[in-house]
Amino acid sequence: MSQPYTAAEMMTVAAARALSNRDICFVGIGLPSAACNLARMTHAPGLTLIYESGTIETKPRVLPLSIGDGELCETALTTVSVPEMFRYWLQGGRITVGFLGGAQVDRFGNLNSTVIGKYGSPKIRLPGAGGATEIATSCGRVFIVMRQSPRTFVNRLDFMTTLGHGPTGRERRELGIMTEGPALLVTDLCIMKPGEVTKDMSVVSLHPGVTMEAVRAATGWDVRAADTLAETMPPAATELEALRELNRRTAEAHGRQVAE
Amino acid sequence: MAVFTNLADAIATNVGDGDRVALEGFTHLIPFAAGHEIIRQRRRRLTLIRMTPDLLYDQMIGAGCASKLIFSWGGNPGVGSLHRFRDAVERGWPCPLEIEEHSHAAMANAWAAGASGLPFAVFRGYIGVDLPSVNSNIRFVDCPFTGEKLAAVPALRPDVGIIHAQRADRAGNVLIEGIAGVQKEVVLASKRSIATVEEIVEDFGERSPNAVILPSWTITAVVLAPGGARPSYAHGYYSRDNSFYVKWDEISRDRDAFTVWIRENIG
Repeated sequence: MSQPYTAAEMMTVAAARALSNRDICFVGIGLPSAACNLARMTHAPGLTLIYESGTIETKPRVLPLSIGDGELCETALTTVSVPEMFRYWLQGGRITVGFLGGAQVDRFGNLNSTVIGKYGSPKIRLPGAGGATEIATSCGRVFIVMRQSPRTFVNRLDFMTTLGHGPTGRERRELGIMTEGPALLVTDLCIMKPGEVTKDMSVVSLHPGVTMEAVRAATGWDVRAADTLAETMPPAATELEALRELNRRTAEAHGRQVAE
Repeated sequence: MAVFTNLADAIATNVGDGDRVALEGFTHLIPFAAGHEIIRQRRRRLTLIRMTPDLLYDQMIGAGCASKLIFSWGGNPGVGSLHRFRDAVERGWPCPLEIEEHSHAAMANAWAAGASGLPFAVFRGYIGVDLPSVNSNIRFVDCPFTGEKLAAVPALRPDVGIIHAQRADRAGNVLIEGIAGVQKEVVLASKRSIATVEEIVEDFGERSPNAVILPSWTITAVVLAPGGARPSYAHGYYSRDNSFYVKWDEISRDRDAFTVWIRENIG
């Protein structure tokens, strides 16, 4: 059965599959939020979602536009203050997975969401760190989801907003960080994982129809395929339906407010 | 005890040129009406403090109110860039904007330290990243018990903290419901504070014994401002006008369009 789907849908579905019922997930807005809620609505109904605005066990029916939409608070088990969220819950080590995106990622899963160009005279001023800096060091593991292009998958970050495995892949242990760091990088072309020793992100699975040449062309570093290279399972009908239904409800909810 | 007053008077009395001012609200309860009054009263050289400077600070920066911004995430949530903020940082329009940039964890801890009367906040953070190299207010201390290296940032102690909330009672106590963000910390950390509210009620009536309430004696001025958080939202009163957040992208992209919008909508 082949059902047409977009590269963006493949990316969200592949990212969602990485989450399980046992995970307690700190959710970033945008692509991460879509993937996390798709997981909750399909194979992982027991997945616990936490948003930095303080909402714990959040079960939104539509995707929030911002990190603090009312939908999040109304569907949460409880809502705590922002200092409590960052101190007791994140720093306290309660979160198993942090789900992040960014403007630039490098081969060791380090992220930039601060500036393109020099910090003091930026070509593009990006929003900045938000929660990412401490999410990346306090959560058990980090999953990254980003659209892939040579501009975003770079050999060298313009600014290190968020530590992955560090500039040479060895820095987490050297800095005394006990959490695992980036364990998965999902894109619209493929799935990458860090090497066990080198921590270098290599391709473990190509999405259907995508070649290693296409991945290399969209990557600013010399990206390699892992020893065993799989093909990502295409989105199942149930996954695709759930994602499209979620997107439809979201568009309708945000669209209704346009009409108000 | 808090005095009941109107918005123009509250801003005129409590916000002066050059002050350190925080208008907080984590997506929820953003005090837009109060910020717009600051623009109308043409305050200048403010140091604006806020974890998530979204549309309100974009407007205040574009209107020339600010010379410095202390923040941790400066974007239009779910939409994209803050164009007035970017124009100020990238090209110094309408005036140069100095920035002191942090992470959310740092700002959240700095607010808690401010409310706690401490000089600085300590937390596990900023490990292996570039922000400490561009912000001299990010430093590190050794734990006196374990030797662990921890991050330290100064407590936030604004001259004026401004929040929006759902209700005040006749005594001037202020009740906050929903996403509480750092509303409580901002008021307790600031020398003076203003709370704008959706309504003033005789008394709060039935409520959870753990309801978030700021006692009247922690607040300088209470102002009735229904709709004062629009286009953000007030839990239980109105929802977020997401369409305006999308529309702002277009309005704010262009200096002239922005200037016209400010003149027509704020004055």
